[in-house]
Amino acid sequence: MLIRKPDDIRSSEITPESVYRSRREFVKDLAIGGGLLATAGFSHSALAVSGQQMAQAALQPGDDLTPERIATSYNNFYEFGMDKADPAQHAHTMSTQPWEVMVSGEAAKTGKFDLSDIIKGLSVEERIYRFRCVEAWSMVIPWSGIEMKSVLEQFEPNGNAQYVEFTTLERPSEMRGQRSLFSGIDWPYIEGLRMDEAYHPLTLMATGLYGKDLPNQNGAPWRLMVPWKYGFKSVKSIVKIHFTARQPKNTWNVLAPNEYGFYGNVNPAVAHPRWSQASERRLPSSLLNQNRIPTLPFNGYADQVASLYAGMDLRRNF
Amino acid sequence: MELFDPGSVLGADPGEAVVHFLGTWGIRMLLLSLMVSSVRRLTGKAHIIRYRRMIGLFAFAYLCSHFLAYLGFLVQFDWSLFLEDFTERPYITAGLAALLMLIPLALTSTTGWQRRLRRNWQKLHRLVYGAALLGLLHAIWQTREGFGEVVLYSVVLAFLLGERIWYTLSLRRTG
Repeated sequence: MLIRKPDDIRSSEITPESVYRSRREFVKDLAIGGGLLATAGFSHSALAVSGQQMAQAALQPGDDLTPERIATSYNNFYEFGMDKADPAQHAHTMSTQPWEVMVSGEAAKTGKFDLSDIIKGLSVEERIYRFRCVEAWSMVIPWSGIEMKSVLEQFEPNGNAQYVEFTTLERPSEMRGQRSLFSGIDWPYIEGLRMDEAYHPLTLMATGLYGKDLPNQNGAPWRLMVPWKYGFKSVKSIVKIHFTARQPKNTWNVLAPNEYGFYGNVNPAVAHPRWSQASERRLPSSLLNQNRIPTLPFNGYADQVASLYAGMDLRRNF
Repeated sequence: MELFDPGSVLGADPGEAVVHFLGTWGIRMLLLSLMVSSVRRLTGKAHIIRYRRMIGLFAFAYLCSHFLAYLGFLVQFDWSLFLEDFTERPYITAGLAALLMLIPLALTSTTGWQRRLRRNWQKLHRLVYGAALLGLLHAIWQTREGFGEVVLYSVVLAFLLGERIWYTLSLRRTG
């Protein structure tokens, strides 16, 4: 039986953790700088919480960085094979220079752009994000990237743009997985976001990890990174950006609609048909210790993003 | 000990790697054991039947280890988790049913039991077909993408079963 509990506290009314944590600073400021100055300082941090602060606030005790060796050798990138070790072994065949991106659909500026021109002048930030795969394993990874909003705004999407669709490179000559006879995937790999999701300060176009350029197996030269969604949403090696009024048909949803939805929000309450999503294995695990930790709603980013889905039935829109 | 360290030589998720390896080789050995009598009939090399018991017991050993590795490394002997898997994940149920069907076959694999059971021995050992089909189902159910391996096993099993049906029918015709 489904018991519905009215949400009597709207998430927008909850004090962000970063603000809550800075309460001592606030009191100190109050004492040092006097009433007026301190009040000004407080209202600034309360009203404009940056993506950086949101990312920091969501980290849980015990969220140690995953060793770089693990994050760059255990990957799902089916364009290079089905095994986790395949991408690290075979992705070097993909050439990423030059990298052209096709922008199309409901926007004023469309056409072919060179990646370096798109990201020129935009600020690259370091963000430590929790990463949760739909297969119930997780990592903690330091990305460098650009807030998606500043990337997309340049193309001046119009009022019809409700969604943005991203497409991974399709180049069978360099991507051995795309040559496989027994693949159910209709290449290229496609993913999408609602515009408000894409414009959320936590949504990144990642260009690096661990302070280095993105390795090919992690989706070079740039990829999506949406920390509150399952990993399959964060499409790699993007060559097309398409603004559209209709919800994109994302690859896994097309392949198995009962297992993968459009939203892909991390949700411990909704099990994958073949396994539970209530907990996750924080990698690397060992033979004697699975390193199992509870999975958090929206992967720990509920305070920051739950309001995007207010009123939606998350069981149906999984 | 390096083997038991996080992210050891077995990779980021060593438990999963071990379980998968043992399961894959269990299925391969099971198919190989079924191949023996077909190959004997098709080539007339009668002596190879001697290897069937050994290959069958290898399959059983791999699949027992597969199950124990799953219990120890993945479920970590958390019985409530196991119960949830068993009741809610049909591929777990199918896999365990396949393994249970193999137990009487392993126990009666000795020459002594073969003599004692006489004609019933052959009947009993037909359980292996059920185990192979359930084992394959167990693998297919878990394949999300990249169907090459399960397609190959299915083709091999279909061939082996087809050969048996053809052989039985041809016996009936000549007899």
